[in-house]
Amino acid sequence: MLKVRQLEVAYGGIKAVKGIDLDVAAGELVALIGANGAGKTSTLKALSGLLKPVAGSIAYDDADVTGKPAYELVRRGLAMVPEGRGVFPRLTVAENLAMGAYTQTDATAIRRDFDRAYTLFPRLAERRAQMAGTLSGGEQQMLAMARALMCRPRLLLLDEPSMGLAPIMVHKIFETVRAVAAEGVTMLLVEQNAKLALETCDRGYVMESGTIVLSDNAKTLMTNPQVRHAYLGE
Amino acid sequence: MTAATTTIKTLAGNPHCRRLAWLAIVLLLLAAPFLIETTLGRSWVRIADVALLFIMLALGLNIVVGFAGLLDLGYIAFFAVGAYSYALLASPQLGVHWPFLVLLPLGAAVAALFGILLGGPTLRLRGDYLAIVTLGFGEIIRVFLNNLNRPVNITNGPQGITLIDPLQIGGFSLAQTHTFAGLTFSPVHSYYFVFLACAVVSIIISLRLENSRIGRAWVAIRDDELAASAMGINTRNVKLLAFAMGATFGGVAGGLFASFQGFVSPESFHLIDSIMVLCMVVLGGMGNVAGVVLGAVLLTALPEALRYVGPLQQSWFGEVIIDPADLRMLLFGLALVLMMLLRPSGIWPSRRRHVAGPPAKETEAPSAAR
Repeated sequence: MLKVRQLEVAYGGIKAVKGIDLDVAAGELVALIGANGAGKTSTLKALSGLLKPVAGSIAYDDADVTGKPAYELVRRGLAMVPEGRGVFPRLTVAENLAMGAYTQTDATAIRRDFDRAYTLFPRLAERRAQMAGTLSGGEQQMLAMARALMCRPRLLLLDEPSMGLAPIMVHKIFETVRAVAAEGVTMLLVEQNAKLALETCDRGYVMESGTIVLSDNAKTLMTNPQVRHAYLGE
Repeated sequence: MTAATTTIKTLAGNPHCRRLAWLAIVLLLLAAPFLIETTLGRSWVRIADVALLFIMLALGLNIVVGFAGLLDLGYIAFFAVGAYSYALLASPQLGVHWPFLVLLPLGAAVAALFGILLGGPTLRLRGDYLAIVTLGFGEIIRVFLNNLNRPVNITNGPQGITLIDPLQIGGFSLAQTHTFAGLTFSPVHSYYFVFLACAVVSIIISLRLENSRIGRAWVAIRDDELAASAMGINTRNVKLLAFAMGATFGGVAGGLFASFQGFVSPESFHLIDSIMVLCMVVLGGMGNVAGVVLGAVLLTALPEALRYVGPLQQSWFGEVIIDPADLRMLLFGLALVLMMLLRPSGIWPSRRRHVAGPPAKETEAPSAAR
């Protein structure tokens, strides 16, 4: 579904991503783990069209989408939940969800998507008329997830869903990640919480200073001594 | 106070009372020019006309500043563009006299084009940087109008354009006095009703925009541009649309202003006028249509009302101690400061202002890359 070859991303002259290869097959749940500053978010931004890569190619659904702007990719079903949640604080919960459906035009389908979001996240249904800025961190993350689902993505890029959340909330978010995956949405998950990410996902990539140093299925990665030492704190 | 508020709330909830209240407002607005003339005098009818123009301007700027969050300090330029478009095509200056119903949409379109001209190169800018560029843009337009009299005389330079055609709809000229049903409609009255209609249309458009898909997209871009583009919003086009729509309001108001005055010159389009419109938006309640309308009315009326400080001094102290012209602006400034101190989000704030802005985000820099 997603085929990335020799992708390079740079800010000014400084390379953040130095030529990586990455594949995500339809229906897969893939984790991209690594330390702070490894280039994970830059990779996701390039994949979602928020940053133009300086070199390399990105193919989505067998079509070359390298350098295509985000608004085109969203229309094709490639959506991202940005890091730090990125909900719109001055819009209500319902309005935030409506923003997620910005590219959708079928009113009955949108109404059905609203119902689905509220079933998946009952807490959001309770707060639908509340400004998103007044929600707790966990609720905002739920909203960000629910909002991304409103554009009916087939490939969802999740950037650090656990960032800054209480442990109980983190577990809840990962439960919903699994629930969304069960609905058939393919996902690429960027995470610093390597243990949780690898437990949740099928496969994993390990990124270090702009390059991918390891890639394997998640179970094997979890037993890899290098990974255990560097990311699982053993 | 609380009892009164609850009573008002219950009454507002009742559809009958609401309909009655609306009817009262409509009647009051229709009767306003005659009421004002008998109580305050003709000059205040003229001030009411100007207030209606400022309502249009403030609503236009509110789209750019209040909805989309793009600080524009050169907004009066669109007013100027609209005014000069009308003036040039309906005066002896170029010898053409196009009808008003053609010129009004044309002025709007030309202003929208200038809005895109300003928006295009400034898309990456926000906040204070954008403010400086728009300020420059406003001055450029004024300087152009001031100097486009040589070598070919287009704008007649600082002398301005005179003898602009008054509004004429069908055979009905607004420059003449008409009598209808025992009421005398002098030009200021006729213009009042045309301006009122335009202002009401502006209000309706603004209200519809506020709660539309595009209105929400503006708030989203203002809150978090990156997340907004991740939603599939074409942020470039949506921002340009804000500039163009805002400019349209200014262009229409400009055309009306030119026909109303019969005369335009670059003198009417100074930076201070841009700032005045911005004050109306901010003081009234940025992003809230009702607040912006209120701000426009108050800030048009206040400086005029302060003209009475001269005669007041005379009657209180027997002599004029401070020059009324100086005192007027001093009191006006004081009123602005006080209002902003007491009601920092405006007299009638937008419901979206109660929420704190988005948390400060890391800027896009090599060190933030991960």
